[in-house]
Amino acid sequence: MSKVVARTGNEAMAEAMRQINPDVVAAYPITPATEIVMIFAKYVADGLVDTNFVAVESEHSAMSACVGASATGARVMTGTSSQGLCLMYEILPIAAALRLPIVMCDVNRAISGPINIHCDHSDTMAARDFGWLQIFSEDSQEAYDSLIQAIRIAEDPRVHLPTMVTTDGFIISHCLDRIEIVEDKEVKEFIGGDRKAANSLLDVKKPVSVGLLDLQDYYFEHRLPVAEAMKNSKKVILEVAEEFAKKFGRKYGLYEGYKLDDAEIAIVALGSTCGTAKVVIDELRAKGIKAGMLKIRVFRPFPAEEIAQALANVKAVAVLDRSDMWAGQGGQVFTEIRSALFEAVKKPQLLNYIYGLGGREIDQPMLRSVFTALQSAEKQPLVQYLGVRE
Amino acid sequence: MDSTVEIRWHGRGGQGAKTAALLFGEAALSLGKNIQAFPEYGPERMGAPVASFNRISSLPITLHCSITSPNIVIVLDPTLMETVDVTAGLPADGLIIVNTKDCPADIRKKLQLRGGKVFTVDASGISKETIGRDIPNTPLMGALVKASGLLPIDSMIKDTEEKLKKKFASKPEVIKGNLAAIRRAYNEVIGE
Repeated sequence: MSKVVARTGNEAMAEAMRQINPDVVAAYPITPATEIVMIFAKYVADGLVDTNFVAVESEHSAMSACVGASATGARVMTGTSSQGLCLMYEILPIAAALRLPIVMCDVNRAISGPINIHCDHSDTMAARDFGWLQIFSEDSQEAYDSLIQAIRIAEDPRVHLPTMVTTDGFIISHCLDRIEIVEDKEVKEFIGGDRKAANSLLDVKKPVSVGLLDLQDYYFEHRLPVAEAMKNSKKVILEVAEEFAKKFGRKYGLYEGYKLDDAEIAIVALGSTCGTAKVVIDELRAKGIKAGMLKIRVFRPFPAEEIAQALANVKAVAVLDRSDMWAGQGGQVFTEIRSALFEAVKKPQLLNYIYGLGGREIDQPMLRSVFTALQSAEKQPLVQYLGVRE
Repeated sequence: MDSTVEIRWHGRGGQGAKTAALLFGEAALSLGKNIQAFPEYGPERMGAPVASFNRISSLPITLHCSITSPNIVIVLDPTLMETVDVTAGLPADGLIIVNTKDCPADIRKKLQLRGGKVFTVDASGISKETIGRDIPNTPLMGALVKASGLLPIDSMIKDTEEKLKKKFASKPEVIKGNLAAIRRAYNEVIGE
């Protein structure tokens, strides 16, 4: 039985954490993710969870503590954002290489400078090459649902990789919304009891060493399984999503197609922007314009073949990046999709819009302007910045 | 109510504009509506102009952009009308509710508003008498219910009572005062 409640994105994530009841949480506060850990710390103080909460002096220490705790076989979670995530970068690839299924609540926020606390995807996108699974959420409901699924995905023996579930800073993290939450015992059943670690630092019968020096002779072999696990994770993500849908009724995939099947023009986007885009697409459809959207839910692993297939029959596609690679040739999502489509026989004409940096508004008129441009895509520049003053 | 109703609350930091949006959103949710409630994050200083927002709809709400053309505007502090364009984006059939002792006609003149409906209520006066402090946010929820007809007043008061019970478990007098304030503002708000 689920119940309908009003929760902000941060409250929804904290609620999921309470229901997951991890063994260890190590975290350091940062806007706009602070509330997640603040609320969770209260659950710890009130005895609602059995978690060992480690209050640390920085995000670098938070992720280091998570790695240590996860290596003992514990179920470990944390939460952060922006500069906090940046401070974790040094440790993030270690968590992946050690195959530690740490689950992180990551609230997307611009990175300095200038200093800015609002939403864009720069922090998370810069962490895309560290061997973490990355799941984006359109709203609080998706964040709650994906966090519960993330435990199962990360801890699956075919995956054993750390996973971050993201929401958009303030837009979702601080917006009170209607969500359905399931009962504690249903979450417990879904997750399936304690984590079953293949190796544990605390298992005296099977001693292991963790975090060793590994040079030219074996480093390569020890990194490669991360690539293999990342490939395998697509199947696991879909299996877990299917089981979640059977139990709780809400369906998820690697991506969501919104009126995409017969679309002639479409956008690709991630996160909260997709919700606003749905309203714009409905309006355009009412006028007879065949508009659609491909919403990427899972950015790592990148569902390249699936996306190439889903976009094959669309005439023109605009990829919306809420971050820039500063490479002079478009954003991270754009370059991935362009690459995914390279071998395709049938493929759409592609455009890229970089938008919304530092929380810059993305509203219906702006999204409408993208669809208008798509109607004469051949006349448009390849990469444009949307909603920025010259 | 098939379409989404958008509400903008204007207040000063510390007056409870954010809390009002959250409480009203929760009340609407418990009465079966789809809701959003969110503050505008800017300079969060005591006394500085702030805004918060609601979307209320019978259908699922997927919009995640700012609210720029609200159907309803609520002004918690009448002095904001001197410095903030409180009617910005208000459509011709919009409502504006102002916490003031002035009558709607005077406020209409002050705002140079041609269309729409103007409502006034002395929310500060009511809150001083019922709660003992100038906290105009909860009485304005009562005025909002009366002016908009969005929710039935009795159910809204009941839901707010439950929410306040959690927040002020050790201060039952605060809860009683707030509920009385909502009811009084509901009865006393006038419009034209």
